[in-house]
Amino acid sequence: MRRLPGPIILSGGLVMVFLYFPILVLMGLSLNASTMGVAWKGFSLQWYAKLLGNPAMIEAAVNSLIIAFTSTSLSLLLGIGTAIRLEQQQSRHTSWMMAIIVLPLVIPEILLGVALLMLFVLCQIPLGFGSMIIGHMVFNLPLTVVILRARLRKMDPAWEEAARDLGATPWKVLTCITLPMLRPAIWGAALLSFTVSLDDFVVTFFVAGPGATTLPLKVFSMIKTGITPEVNALSAILVVVSMCCVGLSWIVHQRANAQSSTPSSS
Amino acid sequence: MRHYSSHVFPLPVSFSFWAAGLFLCLFFLLPLGVVLGVSLASRGLYGGVQWIGTFENYRRLADPMIGVIFVRSILFASLTTLVCAVVGFPLAYMVARASQRWQLVWLTLVMIPFWTNFLVRTYAWVLILRADGLVNSLLLQLGIESEPLPLLFTDLAVGVGLVYGYLPFMVLPLIVAIERIPPQLEEAAYDLYASVGAMFRHVVLPLSKPGFWAGGVLVFIPSLGAFITPYLLGGGQKMMIGTLIQQEFLVSRDWPFGSALSFGLMGTALVLWFVVSRTSLGKDVQ
Repeated sequence: MRRLPGPIILSGGLVMVFLYFPILVLMGLSLNASTMGVAWKGFSLQWYAKLLGNPAMIEAAVNSLIIAFTSTSLSLLLGIGTAIRLEQQQSRHTSWMMAIIVLPLVIPEILLGVALLMLFVLCQIPLGFGSMIIGHMVFNLPLTVVILRARLRKMDPAWEEAARDLGATPWKVLTCITLPMLRPAIWGAALLSFTVSLDDFVVTFFVAGPGATTLPLKVFSMIKTGITPEVNALSAILVVVSMCCVGLSWIVHQRANAQSSTPSSS
Repeated sequence: MRHYSSHVFPLPVSFSFWAAGLFLCLFFLLPLGVVLGVSLASRGLYGGVQWIGTFENYRRLADPMIGVIFVRSILFASLTTLVCAVVGFPLAYMVARASQRWQLVWLTLVMIPFWTNFLVRTYAWVLILRADGLVNSLLLQLGIESEPLPLLFTDLAVGVGLVYGYLPFMVLPLIVAIERIPPQLEEAAYDLYASVGAMFRHVVLPLSKPGFWAGGVLVFIPSLGAFITPYLLGGGQKMMIGTLIQQEFLVSRDWPFGSALSFGLMGTALVLWFVVSRTSLGKDVQ
């Protein structure tokens, strides 16, 4: 195959630098001992230490983790069956379902936020953990279904058919063939929706109650009151956590693609 | 697509299907219905909702002050989409046509910002652009400028932030579209003595259209409703629809008008999404 044209490589490389430069600046500054400005005053982990010593910060981190974990688990619980049902039988129900599953992913996020806020307030549902978990599920559930469906579509239906032909009950087919084959995609979907939930700001911002706060909300309120090195450290932590989750889900995904998809291989 | 007539699903599968449907009806469709309902109601004396039907809120959308904000937002979103397409294409082409091993590396590098905290990525630009930020410190140190330039809280900052924030949304669909173009077509063009430029103009760019459409929607819709970027990088002075909606809900507490604005935003986004999905669907079928 012909080599890539020089200008493409040059401009593509520059765009890649553009994508990463701000993130690297942020991480660099979070390790800077200087309290003001960008001048390098030596390596220091003091801003991270300061964050860890702040109970409010730990509480926000715990809240974030609880909300992300709960909304991810519930989304998986509902999403796995939904994806299987959507992929294996097309009907009037499923095309409606597909529409309401794709919509939350394409409308502007601020709409979800204000719509949920009004629903909760008008129905007198208290704002707090519950409202945040529900809010996150509105985008996590569709995300899970979309990812799992993409995987189901790539799977060879012959395995399920063979099992059925050999007299396996639908339940047996599901637990012995479909779910084991789907397992890597389930992990991938879980990691991604966990990341999205951990990182979400807009929906959380609208449906958060006065009591519970999450890490992104904390970042926002800290930026508003004044930029300190602690914000950089907290932001850098969030970036690293998302990078790890995404990297992990990516590895799972690649493994799944590399394996010849057989039910026994996982 | 698999079709099974009279397919029997295990109970948990059917249960989760219907439960998911119920969940999305209750917490996605119903809230949108609430937005519609409230947008037709009146504002209460102390900021609540008074259920007196009126079209007043929609009439206020035609107010020149609001019109300016809508036009600004559409302009920003269009420019962002255009710049993302121009900037994203070389990267997408590079990734799509890389050797298998490099492709994995590049793809991972494009995926990571896609899933990384949007708020934090926007905030990073505050650090670069503010008065004692990276750019100004460099300019002062090198003696190019004697005073810090006002970079933050400008239209340029908002534009850069939007492009930066949504660029991965353009690049990923473009990669998919370019990968679908058989490399033989490019070879054929070169064999017929096309220059590199002519090959791109006549082969790759026209065939990448579905990617441009998909990426365009994925960039345009969120930039139209962007809230974090104009707030952090624009300083919230020059409003966009997103910041205006936030203000109506959390500051002015005029829910009915905020709802009408939200519906205006959703209408614009949905019409666009519908038009484009028809267009790119036609392309796919072809």
